[in-house]
Amino acid sequence: MKTYAEINEKIKNGTAVVLTAEEVAELSKTLSPKEIVDKVDVVTTATFGAMCSSGAFLNFGHSNPPIRMEKIELNGVRVSGGLAAVDTYVGATDCNPSSPAYGGAHIIEDLVNGKDILLEAWGKGTDCYPRKHIKAVINKNSINEAILYNPRNCYQNYNVATNTTDQIKYTYMGTLLPKMRNASYSSAGELSPLLNDPECRTIGLGTHIFLCGTEGYVTWNGTQFNTTKPVNEFGVPIGNARTIAVVGDLKNMSSQYLRGAYIEKYGITLYVGIGIPIPVLDEDLARRVSIRNEQIETAIVDYGQGGQVLGKTNYAALHSGFIHINGHKVRTAPLSSLAKAREIAQVLKQWIQKGDFLLTEPVRPMPVQSSLKGLQACDE
Amino acid sequence: MIKKVVLSFPVDATDRSLTYDLVKQYDIRINILKAEIQAGKSGNLLVELDAEPDKLDQGIAYLIENGVTVSPVSSKVSYDASLCIDCGNCVSACFAHALTIGEPDWKLHFNPDKCIACKLCLKSCPLKLFRIEFAEA
Ligand code: SF4
Ligand code: SF4
Repeated sequence: MKTYAEINEKIKNGTAVVLTAEEVAELSKTLSPKEIVDKVDVVTTATFGAMCSSGAFLNFGHSNPPIRMEKIELNGVRVSGGLAAVDTYVGATDCNPSSPAYGGAHIIEDLVNGKDILLEAWGKGTDCYPRKHIKAVINKNSINEAILYNPRNCYQNYNVATNTTDQIKYTYMGTLLPKMRNASYSSAGELSPLLNDPECRTIGLGTHIFLCGTEGYVTWNGTQFNTTKPVNEFGVPIGNARTIAVVGDLKNMSSQYLRGAYIEKYGITLYVGIGIPIPVLDEDLARRVSIRNEQIETAIVDYGQGGQVLGKTNYAALHSGFIHINGHKVRTAPLSSLAKAREIAQVLKQWIQKGDFLLTEPVRPMPVQSSLKGLQACDE
Repeated sequence: MIKKVVLSFPVDATDRSLTYDLVKQYDIRINILKAEIQAGKSGNLLVELDAEPDKLDQGIAYLIENGVTVSPVSSKVSYDASLCIDCGNCVSACFAHALTIGEPDWKLHFNPDKCIACKLCLKSCPLKLFRIEFAEA
């Protein structure tokens, strides 16, 4: 049994042993969980994938005379005008339907890159905010705060997508060729943060993380947090289960780890790079972080029609380049970047080894029991 | 043997049954990958010609005799590797196996020789990094 304080002491002394989740998975082939607790202090996990439920809070500063912004556009894209008076939330998927390939996620990336952005805003004009219209050029240095706040990131496991119809389908799971000529998957497998601590024993409000090239924090459970997915014999939930909400200073982020993207016939999304350090406090956690691709299973779902489950596979098979679905050999390809995830796990490892980055114990744990509600339409 | 070429037809050749002759006389299978034909003007066809090597040469000679420009095609499809995030979206779409990703580095690899110019990667790259040109070698 180790404590956060002991591990942080070692980090400060430069004596902490830090491995990436892939390195510890390899080590677990020869060492027992007990030996891993003795040997390893921190395991770094990471992912770099499309996370639609992301966005940024901005505060533009006040003009003279001031305006209470009620309708706001950034580079022609309508963003939230509901935060008064000069604040907004740029949702990653915000877009102008007349040019759907540029939107919120691209604005966020442009801000990170220090580019100028055209702000136009309207208000009704009040006694204290008399101005009714403003045009201004902003960038990350001209505005007050720019805070990335993503309410649902880092899905714990995700479906594999294929298409049994005879038509090509453009989905958020990528281009799905007809008649199961391909299958796509989006999780980083054994490197993925929430698969290395599947019950969120060490991930909660306040967990110190790598977020898009700078430090960030976990702020809450992510939305659609679901603890009720079936778990396999290795403790891994099959399918999309838990999520996290994260926050960090957009001004310090890098477009190496944050990218605006457009998925054909679907819409805009943001590629987000997240790294989470997991302290190896005890044997249970040692076992968890030792999880290997062949032990991480997920469901194969037909995105061509109706979301029917076609079977089950694991990440070792997915990484091999093909899987078998109902007797067919189907080519696989990822949608999230394993190369970038590995890079992030290494960067975070170096930050910790250098003593620059300490671990925090969550001040509020994740929900133990949480299931999903549907939405009943009233217009049918 | 498969050869990928751009056929540029002059104005007066577009309605002659040259492609029919290729199939009939030279036993060449033609897979049309892309057509840019405007009525009354010249037309371009990006095709794969599949036949015995000598028949292929004879067929191409026949086309040239009839005023068709035959240009071998090089890597018309390209992408901006400096901006690539190695996500794999384009690999998923590329059934020709020109784009691949996997062990050990999980970086995108592109083999232009296998590219059939289907253009699916242009749509499937979320960063829109692909370009296609009718470039001729
Ligand atoms: S054009 Fe088609 S074959 Fe060529 S690289 Fe793109 S997807 Fe592959
Ligand atoms: S889809 Fe685009 S960004 Fe992704 S690997 Fe292919 S070229 Fe790179």
